[in-house]
Amino acid sequence: MNYGIVVEIRGLTGLADPEGLAIERALPSLGFAGVEGVHVGKVFRFSVDAPSAAEARRTAQEMCDRLLANPVIERAEIRVLDDPPESST
Amino acid sequence: MTADVGIVCFPGSNCEHDVAQALQGLGASTRFLWHGADQVGEIGAVVIPGGFAHGDYLRPGAIARFSPIMRAVANFAVDGGPVLGICNGFQVLTEAGLLPGALTRNIGLRFICQTVECTVESVASVLTSAATPGSVLRLPINHYEGNYTCDPATLAEIEARGQIVLRYRENPNGAMNAIAGVRNPTGNVVGLMPHPERASDPLGVGTDGVVLLQSLLVAALARRGVSRRPAPGDAAS
Repeated sequence: MNYGIVVEIRGLTGLADPEGLAIERALPSLGFAGVEGVHVGKVFRFSVDAPSAAEARRTAQEMCDRLLANPVIERAEIRVLDDPPESST
Repeated sequence: MTADVGIVCFPGSNCEHDVAQALQGLGASTRFLWHGADQVGEIGAVVIPGGFAHGDYLRPGAIARFSPIMRAVANFAVDGGPVLGICNGFQVLTEAGLLPGALTRNIGLRFICQTVECTVESVASVLTSAATPGSVLRLPINHYEGNYTCDPATLAEIEARGQIVLRYRENPNGAMNAIAGVRNPTGNVVGLMPHPERASDPLGVGTDGVVLLQSLLVAALARRGVSRRPAPGDAAS
């Protein structure tokens, strides 16, 4: 079965995110007050042919560990779309 | 005797000729190593030059580390061979896990192209063996992602072990502890953001980079004649 995967990459908490900070500082000038914690990251979307959602997630995790994210500076959050109900979390 | 240095070329490398010219000016012979090659051959040192390997797609160095030549470079490094990564080459070496940490975007989100002063922190490396500890070198930097970053435990460890090779006197990019260059524990793998090859001609920004390149050539000559152990996965695989 084909599972849609969304991987979100963000900088590790505590590391400088100058781009997020610059955007956060720009927002008040447009009238968006009270916005905090703006972070800029990357999103990957793809599909994986796997026997189960758990297996699709495992594949995506391995992709993150080996290529998509650099664990020294980034963390990855994986969402499997079209999860069969029994394996949804 | 001539030091023989291999210079790795990825699609998108753009400082390989600068490095070759600077090293040849110091009496070395150089050869280019295409990224698709699976061995480095009989050389005394490897330089991974600056540029934008594989377009810096995903992250600088993230794709380059999977080029076939990198397995050979890693084996050469594990075997004690001198390996130097300059700018993008430094980024490649961190992504490949041959050096600790990572290089992220400059704190001011600006591409910085200027000459900066760096202090020689450690001379226990193939890049700094001929330099004077504590001396200040004027070297050009030319990068957008030169902000050296690692976790606090790694930072404490590399500081304690003296693995910081060069430190900016005035931090231009937000690098942790103003780190401009680091070495591996054994000192045969070094990465730095400044470009010593661009400070090797009196007609340029000075010649403070010469002592660094000379150190590398000393290491490359010393490497010559070292019988090389065949490494698993090297060459024949």
